[in-house]
Amino acid sequence: MATIDVHPQTATHHHDEHGDDHAHHGNFWTTYIFSEDHKVIAKQFLFTGMAWALIGGMLSVLFRLQLGFPEANLGWLKPILGGWLTPEGKIDPEFYLALVTMHGTIMVFFVLTAGLSGTFSNFLIPLQIGARDMASGFMNMLSYWFFFLSSAIMFISLFISTGPAAGGWVIYPPLSALPQAISGSGLGMTLWLVSMALFIVSSLLGSINYITTVINMRTLGMSFTKLPLTIWAFFLTAIIGILSFPVLFAAALLLIFDRSFGTSFYLSDIYIGGEALPNQGGSPILFQHLFWFLGHPEVYIVLLPALGITSEIIATNSRKPIFGYKAMVGSMLFIAILSFVVWAHHMFVTGMNPFLGSIFTLLTLIIAVPSAVKIFNYVTTLWKGNIRFTPAMLFSIGLVSFFLTGGITGIFLGNSAVDIQLHDTYFVVAHFHLVMGSASFFGMMAGVYHWFPKMFGRMMDEKLGYLHFWLTFIGVYLVFFPMHYIGIAGFPRRYYTWTAFETFSGFADLNMLVSVAAIITMVAQFIFLFNFIYNIFRGKLAPANPWNATTLEWTTPRLPGHGNWVGEIPTVYRWPYDYSKPGSKEDFIPQHIPYSETPESNLPHENDEIKLEMGGAGAIVVEERKH
Amino acid sequence: MTWIISLGAILVLVILYMIFKIGNLVGLVKGKKEEEFSISWNNANAIMFMIFMVVGLGGFFWYSYAHFDEYTLPVASIHGEVTDSLFWITMWVTVVAFAIIFVVMFWFTFAYKYEKGRKAAYFADNHKLEILWTVVPAIVLALLVFRGLRVWHEITGPASKEAVVVEMVGQQWLWMARYPGVKDKTLGHHNYKLIDASNEFGLDLTDKNSYDDFKSLELHIPVGQEILMKIRAKDVLHSVFLPHFRVKMDAVPGVQTHFKFTATKTTAQMREELNNPAFNYEMACTEVCGKGHFSMKFPVVVDTQEDYQEWLESQESWLKQNPDYLKYVPAELKEAAMIKAGIPLDNTVTVQTAAIK
Repeated sequence: MATIDVHPQTATHHHDEHGDDHAHHGNFWTTYIFSEDHKVIAKQFLFTGMAWALIGGMLSVLFRLQLGFPEANLGWLKPILGGWLTPEGKIDPEFYLALVTMHGTIMVFFVLTAGLSGTFSNFLIPLQIGARDMASGFMNMLSYWFFFLSSAIMFISLFISTGPAAGGWVIYPPLSALPQAISGSGLGMTLWLVSMALFIVSSLLGSINYITTVINMRTLGMSFTKLPLTIWAFFLTAIIGILSFPVLFAAALLLIFDRSFGTSFYLSDIYIGGEALPNQGGSPILFQHLFWFLGHPEVYIVLLPALGITSEIIATNSRKPIFGYKAMVGSMLFIAILSFVVWAHHMFVTGMNPFLGSIFTLLTLIIAVPSAVKIFNYVTTLWKGNIRFTPAMLFSIGLVSFFLTGGITGIFLGNSAVDIQLHDTYFVVAHFHLVMGSASFFGMMAGVYHWFPKMFGRMMDEKLGYLHFWLTFIGVYLVFFPMHYIGIAGFPRRYYTWTAFETFSGFADLNMLVSVAAIITMVAQFIFLFNFIYNIFRGKLAPANPWNATTLEWTTPRLPGHGNWVGEIPTVYRWPYDYSKPGSKEDFIPQHIPYSETPESNLPHENDEIKLEMGGAGAIVVEERKH
Repeated sequence: MTWIISLGAILVLVILYMIFKIGNLVGLVKGKKEEEFSISWNNANAIMFMIFMVVGLGGFFWYSYAHFDEYTLPVASIHGEVTDSLFWITMWVTVVAFAIIFVVMFWFTFAYKYEKGRKAAYFADNHKLEILWTVVPAIVLALLVFRGLRVWHEITGPASKEAVVVEMVGQQWLWMARYPGVKDKTLGHHNYKLIDASNEFGLDLTDKNSYDDFKSLELHIPVGQEILMKIRAKDVLHSVFLPHFRVKMDAVPGVQTHFKFTATKTTAQMREELNNPAFNYEMACTEVCGKGHFSMKFPVVVDTQEDYQEWLESQESWLKQNPDYLKYVPAELKEAAMIKAGIPLDNTVTVQTAAIK
């Protein structure tokens, strides 16, 4: 943490020796609770994220019960839901909205932002770049505990008598600003805003740390062009987060002012509950601009880490270099930049100036190009591979499949003229749940299966992993694919029931299928949960490098201690994807093996680097000392 | 139908279970070794991907074909036909791309599953390929975008002067329509501070254009004539959605939005086309607005030009229905107001006394 390593020069390896005695002598509190070790913090994020995923999933099952079985009597849920059930045993329509709102909030922010980025950025950045810990362990700890506080407040809001926030996860005012409009906009919304403010603090603390660590703390030889794609993804994600989350903070702050201090940033000309409000001159559309300025980059904050994780896993398990490393980095960079200039495609029919609509259509469809490139590169990586279907690999292929299926519908929605009909229908629900929700969730699952051995020093059961994968993969498709049809038929989202309309009277069968599939998918997650928890304690002991992977984290001991490496941090000589290199005996050459040790497999230009390895690396260290 | 589907779901589960059972048995027969890596399981997963690909793609094409009429809404507006054609062009382009990538990807997972002793290709990049699949999607997308933008430009362009103006007002949880009246064909000003239990539109009675405005709880529009829908909301966001006309536009408190369209089929024609005498056009809300969001239905009727004219003339002005509000009309305009609103002039006396009481 505070000890910035100055590397004493040795002949071949150039790192400090203080790793051994780094076995921390803390008590229970400093080791497991207020820990500053990035691996412990990563696990804290993971456990909290998993708890949220369960809650978020349960909420979705509740509203799927309403949509799939509108006639069912849910009286048996009375002990849990109490007053939120109507006397006939139906879910209260306002509570239905609270359920979809909290499902969205929880999944987007608490599971797929904190649970995914928080876990894997923390765990993998130091391990893969060759650092003993994050740049600031203390800030890292604060990041988790702000997240925890934020989680606690959001959790409490589920139980208050007026209910949690219920105006949709996008919390568009005036609905979210006026308790007269919906009861969730009372205390529930206040807690939502406070919780999100803390969440943003947590996210910024984390992101600053990730960026600083990646820039400053890479081990010797780990140039940016030798970074694993995971690190590129986490790095770009952190930059997007730092640039966009403050805008959400500003939006939330102005909303707090409107709600509590009588300002009119978003409110104007409102007559509600029998009285005309004094607010004038505000614009609800301003909020939408501010919200989506975060909201769209947020999609990539959620997705990029998942794409990074799968790049790594697909290369490792295809036993092939990732195809087009530079194109992968380039497309992520391009996506990261473009993600800031496409936000208004969520707003084509909000009354925004139509000229803006044209601009955003153009920019939105441009972003499809780097996304397509990524898919092609994944597929080409599989070509002529020697594929091992570990559970992590299965989930990674699942991600690519979802990314393809969900991404392609973005071409409809990004085209403003086509979006008119599809906006706010189930077509949109299908689109983003596949391309962002399920894809990122699968990225997270792939990551857990792949790095579990390094996290806990034990192996998960593969067969349970297969079962989990197939149930979830087919389940997710059965949940979200039918929604395309329902959406093309025009069914609006966030509807408690469609029975009021003749136009939307069909598809009871598909809705029931979706609900059944959702329940099966949810149940399948318990297979994972068992596999995960049981094997933390009872799993087969893992080898140090169970997947024969090339990146640095697999050079650590089975269960890396504080400081990660016993002895020196390895130096990096080659890129992270030397799989199945012609001439080499093994089908992988780890990053820390110098070219001088692999003359049989070196490419011509790599032979030239041997000289640099001997003399050059030392020169870099000398230079570093001068600073 | 529902049973078939739930049965299908159960079937999938059974198949899964069986495949796993078989995998186990095969393992037993071969003499199960405690191996790090099991080829039979690896092959089972590869086969599952192929089954998934075939069944998935087959199911997709089958359902899309067999249930086409269920998930496609008939279209009844000029611009709707254009956006629909763009939708289907996009559909063909994307489905072809989707199917190719889907098949190729899952074929690769099967064809290149692990084999002992085989070495994967060291194939790290190929600039020609990469340029190819950057440029081709870019060109296809550009074509789609340019077509889309042209359509969008036409849809959002200014309405013609002859367009029929209707105002839609959203509130929790109902819609109201206001027509400009037959005499001046112009909507009167409104002000949200004037809204009360009777004056739901917040009509500003100092504006003489408001006197013949009338309220309707049904949207009547003439076929074949451009409609300019002016949209606003009183409390929170709502969104006008006319599914058959491919019309959607948010209703925003404090901001007036609008959408122009031309209906191509009367309600009667549509009933005939669909062979459904009970058919009605409907309007829904598509922006979450609270408890009753799902129930904001507003009936829509497309009339022939003659029927529409007849309906229009049969409507009573709002002021005539609420003569009490004459007291807010400036004295010098009162007579004009009564004439425009269609209130008999000898009523004045009673109205005034009523106001004094």
